[in-house]
Amino acid sequence: MKKFYLSCFLLAPIFMNAQTDIDGIMMSKNNFCVGAIYQYSSWDQYWEGSLKRENLNLGTVSTKSIGLMGNYGISDKLNAIFSVPYVETNASAGTMKGQKGIQDLSLTLKYMPLEKTVGQSTYSIYALGSFTTPLSDYPADYLPLSLGLRSRTASLRLMGDYQRGNFFTTFSGAYVKRANITIDRNAYLTDEIHYTNEVDMPDAISVNFRAGYRSNRLIAEFVIDNWVTQSGGFDIAKNNMPFPSNTMNALKYGVSSKYTFKKIPELSLVGGYNYVVEGRNVGKSDTFYGGLFYVINLKKTNKQDEK
Amino acid sequence: MKNNIQKTAYTTLLALFLACTYSCSDDITEKNEQFHALNPTNTDDLAGTWKTFLLTTPNEFPLDAPVATNTPAFTREINEIKSYQVNISEDQKRIIKYWSAGGVLRWNEIMRTLVARHNRPPYQNEDGTYPAPSAANPFANPQFPFSNPPYAARAYAYVSAAQYDAMIATWHYKKLYNRAAPFTVDANLQVLIPKSTMPSYPSEDGVLAGVTVELLKLLFPTEIAYIDGKAEEQKLYRIISGANVRSDVDAGIILGRKIAAKFIARASTDGTGAAIGNQVLWTQLETQTAATGETPWLSLDLPARPPMLPLFGKVKSFIMTPEMVVASRPVPPPSTKSEQFAKELAEIKSYSENPSRKNMEIVTFWADGVGTYTPPGHWNAIASESFVEQNYSEVRWARNMALLNIAMMDAAISCWDAKYFYFNPRPCQMDPSIKTLTGVPNFPAYVSGHSTFSGAACAILSHIVPAKAESFKAMAKQASDSRMFGAIHYRSDCEKGLQLGEKVGSFAVARATTDGAE
Repeated sequence: MKKFYLSCFLLAPIFMNAQTDIDGIMMSKNNFCVGAIYQYSSWDQYWEGSLKRENLNLGTVSTKSIGLMGNYGISDKLNAIFSVPYVETNASAGTMKGQKGIQDLSLTLKYMPLEKTVGQSTYSIYALGSFTTPLSDYPADYLPLSLGLRSRTASLRLMGDYQRGNFFTTFSGAYVKRANITIDRNAYLTDEIHYTNEVDMPDAISVNFRAGYRSNRLIAEFVIDNWVTQSGGFDIAKNNMPFPSNTMNALKYGVSSKYTFKKIPELSLVGGYNYVVEGRNVGKSDTFYGGLFYVINLKKTNKQDEK
Repeated sequence: MKNNIQKTAYTTLLALFLACTYSCSDDITEKNEQFHALNPTNTDDLAGTWKTFLLTTPNEFPLDAPVATNTPAFTREINEIKSYQVNISEDQKRIIKYWSAGGVLRWNEIMRTLVARHNRPPYQNEDGTYPAPSAANPFANPQFPFSNPPYAARAYAYVSAAQYDAMIATWHYKKLYNRAAPFTVDANLQVLIPKSTMPSYPSEDGVLAGVTVELLKLLFPTEIAYIDGKAEEQKLYRIISGANVRSDVDAGIILGRKIAAKFIARASTDGTGAAIGNQVLWTQLETQTAATGETPWLSLDLPARPPMLPLFGKVKSFIMTPEMVVASRPVPPPSTKSEQFAKELAEIKSYSENPSRKNMEIVTFWADGVGTYTPPGHWNAIASESFVEQNYSEVRWARNMALLNIAMMDAAISCWDAKYFYFNPRPCQMDPSIKTLTGVPNFPAYVSGHSTFSGAACAILSHIVPAKAESFKAMAKQASDSRMFGAIHYRSDCEKGLQLGEKVGSFAVARATTDGAE
C-alpha cells in the first residue's frame, strides 16, 4: 500500500511555468488535500537574448501570487489536481502600471501505473496529463508585467521515482503543447510583421530532477528544473520590448520542504526557494514560497454524516 | 476494478492531450496574405500628365526606346518567359501570388517591417549618456536608423513620393513607346496574373524596384541584402508571370534608379540630419521654458535621455512652407499652474487608476510604440486594406499612398514644431503617482503625435475613400483617446492634436484636388 498516507504534494513556482505536481507522491483514495501557497518572485536583471542586463526603467520586477490548490485521490493510483493562482505584478521604477488578477486554471491527472518494492527500495512510474487555461481576460501582450502568457496548454509528463530508506530521487520530463493566443493588436513583429491578432506560441520541454530526504513527517529536497522553449520562438532584440512568443528558457536550482505536524497529521506546511541560474529572455528571478495544506478524508466524513 | 481505473486513466490522459493538440492547431491566416491580384477597374492611362512632386517633367530622365516586338531579340525574351513557366516551382508560384497584389502595396508592407525592426531607442553607455545612431557608420551600436515616428513618417513619405513620381514617368513612357505586352505579341503565351491593357515598356514593377531599393538603401542601410532579395523576387515575378519581358523590367529599374537619385539628393538636405540637436539646444529648450514660468519637460527615461529630434519641426516638407508650419501651430496648452491643467491632470489620473479592460485594449491596439511600425505605419496598414478593395491601378496606388504619407510627414513636422515650441511636461512628470499603461514617449506632450498623425491620415483618406470617412474618423478618435487612456497625454494634447492633423491633412487634400487625378 501507499507509504505516505497523508502526503500532500510539494509545489514548485506557479508563475509562468506552473509545475505543481511533479513529485513521486500520491494522495490515497478519497482523500482530498486542499491548501494555499503564497509566492514572491522578483528580478532586477534579465536576459535580452543571451545578454544579461538590467533596466533602470523597471527597477525590480516582482510577482506576488496566492495559489489555491487541491488534490483528490480518485484511487490510490489516480489523483486529480487543480490550482488557481491570483497574481499581482509590479515594477519598482519607471512609469509602467502593474497588473493584478486571476491567472490560469491548471488541471492535472496523475496516474501511477507501477509501484514495486524490492527489499528497501521502492520504484514507481507516473504519467501526468495537464491542461491549463486562462480564467480571466488578462492581456498577455504586456510583458514583463502581464499576469501570464494566456496560452492554453496541454502537457504530458512521464516521471520515475526511486526511494531507498528515507532517501529518494525523482526524474521527469514533459512536452508542453501551447495553443495560439490572441493579443490586443492586429499586427506584430517577429522577424517580419504579421497581420493578425493571433500569435503562434512555441511549445516547450520541461525537465525536472529532485532528490533528498523523504519520510512521513518531513520532506527536504533540492530541485533542478529546466524549461526549454522549442522552435518558433525568437529573441528580444537589443533594447526592444519582450513579446509572448519569445524563446523563454530557464534553468532553476532550488530547495523545498514539507513538514507534517505530529499532533495534527492532516496539516502540513510547505516552503521553498529557487532561483534562475541561466536563462534566455526571462528575468533572473529569485522565488520564495510558503503554504499550508490540510487533508480531508471524504469517505470518513460521509460515514460520520450517516451516523 | 483495477483495470477500469487503469483504462480510465490512460484514456483520459490521452484524450486530454490529443484534444488540446488538436485545438492547438498553429495555422494562422494573415490579412495581407488574402489580398487579391491587382486588376484595376481603371488603368489611368493618362496618368503621365498628373502633377509630380520633384520631377520637373515626366521625361526629365530619358529612357531609351525599346526593341520592336517583331524582332528576334523580342522573341528570345518571350522564350525566356516560357522556359521559366515550363518548370515553375512552388516558391515561384508563391512569389507571383505575393507580388501580384501590387508593387506599391508590397513595398509599403516591406517598409513597415523595416521601420518596426529599427524602431528601438539606443541603449545607454556605461556612463549614463546615450550613443546616437550614425548614417555614416550604420552598423555600429546603435544601428542606424532609430526609426521613431518622425523618422518613419519621413521615410514613408520619401518612398511614396518617389514611387509616385516614378509611376508618372512610367505611364508617360508607356504611352510614348507603346510597346505591346508579351502576351499580346504571342497569343500562346500563358499569363499567370490578370492581363493589363497598358503598354508594358517600361515595367511598373521594374521601376518600383529600382526607385524603392535606392531609397531604402539610404533609409535602412543595414538591410540592403534583405531589400535586394525582395527586389529580385519582384523582377522574377513579372517575367515568370508573363506580364513583362526582361527588357521591360531592366529599363524600369534604370529609370527608377535615376528618379531615386533626385529624392536622395533632397533627403540629404532636408534638415533631418540636424534634427537631433545638441546639448546646447537641449539645455536652451529647458531654460527658455522655465523663463516663461512654466514647468519645462523632463525626460522620464532612466537614465534621462535627450529629447527626440527637437528640430524635426524644421524639416523641409513636400507641400508646406515653413511659414505654413508656424501659421498652423496650435494655441498654447493650458498653463501648468491653471485650474484647467489641474482638471486635465486629474482626468488622466483617473484613467490610470481605474483602467477598464476595454480601455487597456484600446491603449495596446493603438500604442504603436517601440518595435512596431509606428502610428504612420498603422495608418499605412489601414489605408492599404481600404485601397485593396478599390482595385486601383499601380499609379493611383502610388498617388494615394504619397498623399497619405506626405500628409503624415507634415503632421510629424507640425506636431514636433508644437512640441518643442511649448516643451510642456507629461502627466506623470507633474504627478509621479500616475502610472501608465504604455511606455511614455521621450518628448514633450503638447500636442499628441498619435492624434496629429491620425487627424492628418483621416482627412486625406476620407477624401480618397469618402464612403469610409465615418470609419476613419472613429479610428482617429480612438487612436487619439488611447493616449489619454494610457495616461501619457492630457485631453488638450489629444483634441488639439487631432485638429492640427486635420489642418495639415487639408493641405494634402487641396493638392489631391489639383494633381490631375480626380
